[in-house]
Amino acid sequence: MSAREETRTWEHFEHEADIGLRAQAPSREALFEAMAAALTAVVTEPSLVRPEKELSIHCEAPDDALLLVDWLNALIYEMATQGMVFGAWRVDLDGQRLDARVCGEAVDRERHQPAVEIKGATYTALAVEKLPGGDWAGQCVVDV
Amino acid sequence: MDLDRLEQDSEYRWRIPPAGKMRVPGVLYGDREQLRAMDNKVYEQLSNVAALPGIVGAAYAMPDAHWGYGFPIGGVAAFDARGGGIVSAGGVGFDISCGVRTLHAGVQAADIESVKSDLANDLCRSIPAGMGRRGSIVLDDQQLDAMLSGGARWAVASGYGDPKDLERIEERGCIADPRPEYVSDRAKHRQRAEMGTLGSGNHYLEIQKVEQIFWPEAASAYELAEEDVLVSIHCGSRGLGHQIGTDYLREMVLAAPDFGLELSDRELACAPIHSDLGQRYLGAMRSAMNCALANRQIIAHLARQVFDYRVPKAELSLLFDVSHNICKAEAHVVDGQERLLHVHRKGATRAFGPGSDQIPAQLRAAGQPVLIGGSMGTASYVLAGVSSSEALALSSACHGAGRSMSRRQARRSFQGSRLVRELAQRGILIRSPSMRGVAEEAPSAYKDVDTVVDISDRAGLARKVARLVPMICVKG
Repeated sequence: MSAREETRTWEHFEHEADIGLRAQAPSREALFEAMAAALTAVVTEPSLVRPEKELSIHCEAPDDALLLVDWLNALIYEMATQGMVFGAWRVDLDGQRLDARVCGEAVDRERHQPAVEIKGATYTALAVEKLPGGDWAGQCVVDV
Repeated sequence: MDLDRLEQDSEYRWRIPPAGKMRVPGVLYGDREQLRAMDNKVYEQLSNVAALPGIVGAAYAMPDAHWGYGFPIGGVAAFDARGGGIVSAGGVGFDISCGVRTLHAGVQAADIESVKSDLANDLCRSIPAGMGRRGSIVLDDQQLDAMLSGGARWAVASGYGDPKDLERIEERGCIADPRPEYVSDRAKHRQRAEMGTLGSGNHYLEIQKVEQIFWPEAASAYELAEEDVLVSIHCGSRGLGHQIGTDYLREMVLAAPDFGLELSDRELACAPIHSDLGQRYLGAMRSAMNCALANRQIIAHLARQVFDYRVPKAELSLLFDVSHNICKAEAHVVDGQERLLHVHRKGATRAFGPGSDQIPAQLRAAGQPVLIGGSMGTASYVLAGVSSSEALALSSACHGAGRSMSRRQARRSFQGSRLVRELAQRGILIRSPSMRGVAEEAPSAYKDVDTVVDISDRAGLARKVARLVPMICVKG
């Protein structure tokens, strides 16, 4: 879904009880997509997810960090209520407004081996920043 | 944690002296080894909590404390509304009213040995667990509101369980002053098909055996004897609580400047208890507490159905049901004065000592049962609340072992299917749809629950009554 896929990176960082998500990408949009990939990876391998159903997500927040939390929480809500996991994301940002199309499929317990449900994105260790070299970096701890 | 930064009050009690914006000290319970192993983030988070408006006494960390979000997990803090005290959505967390319910099975371990495997399979089939598994009970709008108002009482009236169950549940199965109208439609929607589900992560249903009795008098009051089979359920308010946490955390973060709050961590977001936002959160959170009580009541009912079929002579009766992620208005004596405080326990268990009218009459002389969950391969404990805990930590004790290893590290270190085989060789049957989930929940990824409980006992927070070992564990 996204041509930005190859230039973004993400990882999980250590948090005793929960899971930290961290990503870096050449644009704010790509950063938000990378954080969504990191979110899926808490549950299952993103590469295992087939793009069978597409949803739209919209959110708006006063700053980038809050927008990141809103974005992750919107994904968590759709995962919980639709019983889905997502493997592809296309994020468009206009100031502090986010419009996204996300693709995924219903959870297949055999194939996805979902490890945990995600309860919510927290504001602890939360950050979104533009790095001196021009890349964007972000991080967030999610409660599982 | 650097012990040089702490003052030692007694063998198991340590203090962070007030500094900077701290209004009260931080108090930690543990021995030298535990505290050395504790993350510095616990120090930082406890100090932040100690700086919140209206905090009374101290910010406390139980022996199982670890790095949480905003508050440490294993944290206790009380606030006085009359002194500008606050309520914090982050101080309760997403898993509102997560707790443990333990039931007597009325049989001994030898009685279920021959049907253990079938029992495990049936429990796994009957009790939805893990991501993507929904319950068979789907509530409409009216039923949802009735459930949020009535808690376990609603569940019993709806046919899930027996009225006598209610006597053995915190607040007799129904938290007062719930306000379902302050629960968002999204939160209600998220819960619609999740009643009677366990969830995932460290949530479980376990069949346990009483391995050892430490305090015969209390064990007798709790009707516990060695070799008895117990059923323990660990879960909370499911998607409803998660969404209430999400909704109100955001609102409190945005409202913080209006309340004049400068937060060192946005996750500490809170609102004055007497504010409109504080009251709306409390009403919504109490609704979630009722949801958790109803959920555990339904799961117990489902377990009873399985036992009726597989072990007909079993009769499941409640020992107790107590939550460990809550904010409740409680009367406590501080500096010789009784005050009504809003006590936040995030990963900490209420532990009222003998005589409290909050304890069921049959158990009152022994103190409130304090139910401590372990990991699937180690042990769980029943403790009893003791009078000394009131002055030490507002009648609170630990809630579990606490993780010692991140999920990521556990996934790299353990293989789920191998763990299941190894535990089966020890007579512990694991039923889980996700081997990745099992690896993340490996017993070795947790601290030693025996040590955590020993320290709680020696520190005077609660007294050991019985050690339970798992026979069957159903996990998400």
